[in-house]
Amino acid sequence: MNGKQESLSTFDKTLLNLVQTDFPLAERPFAVLAERLKVDEALVICRLAELKAAGFIRRIGLFFDSRQLGFVSTLAAVEVDEARRQTVAEAINAFPGVTHNYEREGEFALWFTLISANEEEERAVLESIAALPGVKRLINLPASRRFKADVCFWLE
Amino acid sequence: MLDALDKRLITALSRDLPLTSQPYQQVAQELGISMAEVINRLQKLRQKGVLRKLGAVVGHRQLGYKANALVAGIVPETRLETVGQQLARHPAVTHCYARPAQPGWPYNLYFMLHAFNRQLCQAMADELMLAAGICQYRLFFSTKEWKKTTMIYTFK
Repeated sequence: MNGKQESLSTFDKTLLNLVQTDFPLAERPFAVLAERLKVDEALVICRLAELKAAGFIRRIGLFFDSRQLGFVSTLAAVEVDEARRQTVAEAINAFPGVTHNYEREGEFALWFTLISANEEEERAVLESIAALPGVKRLINLPASRRFKADVCFWLE
Repeated sequence: MLDALDKRLITALSRDLPLTSQPYQQVAQELGISMAEVINRLQKLRQKGVLRKLGAVVGHRQLGYKANALVAGIVPETRLETVGQQLARHPAVTHCYARPAQPGWPYNLYFMLHAFNRQLCQAMADELMLAAGICQYRLFFSTKEWKKTTMIYTFK
């Protein structure tokens, strides 16, 4: 039922759980992980590279809080003519502040998150997206409260 | 407050961490500081909440999570905080935000839910919403990922 998860060894699952939840902030983080897993640092690095190449890991790195950095962010959705969907999706993707863009079922075909340096910039991007040929309606849904933004898929 | 060096560090580390023994070596060199100084600065940024996460984001589709829905609910304003916190505690909920309703769009609470298939995802949403006492909600399953990236923060 869980597809390709079955192809992962117990070691890989432990490693994936560890790098998601407890990645050390250290000069040699992989050596710290290796010590915990009682293997060589080179093996940890090699497995992580393999897991990344196979698509089990999307990204290893640092994640900053956009609001703490003084940026503004929002979620927006657009209702689009079906024939123009791809063109609109690609035009939305072209904005560097668009970090996620998903096609979804329902009247709003495309849902995207946008991070901007300030509100004027955000408004300008949203206005130009709303004006794209094929866009019938845009809703802007800025958050008033964040309850959770913590992606973790624990593997048993 | 962030100084110029912090900002350069954040911009440089917005990209993936290299899978090498000393992944901060290059950025330390570029900025002309020691690796210990990089770690020290990152520790401070973490304490301030600027660095909100360190580690891996997994490829959840590759791990078998084929059904991914944005769930939007209508929650009475007085219950928003409680319901949001309650939903955020569920491990299958990765993001949970309050977003004020817009004209013609009454939904004010949003969360992302991930499951191995649609039936499981729907059942989980039903259970969560029943437990929260919310009867008006919709699931917007994602059908295509057009873009998923991490913001490269650049400062003026």
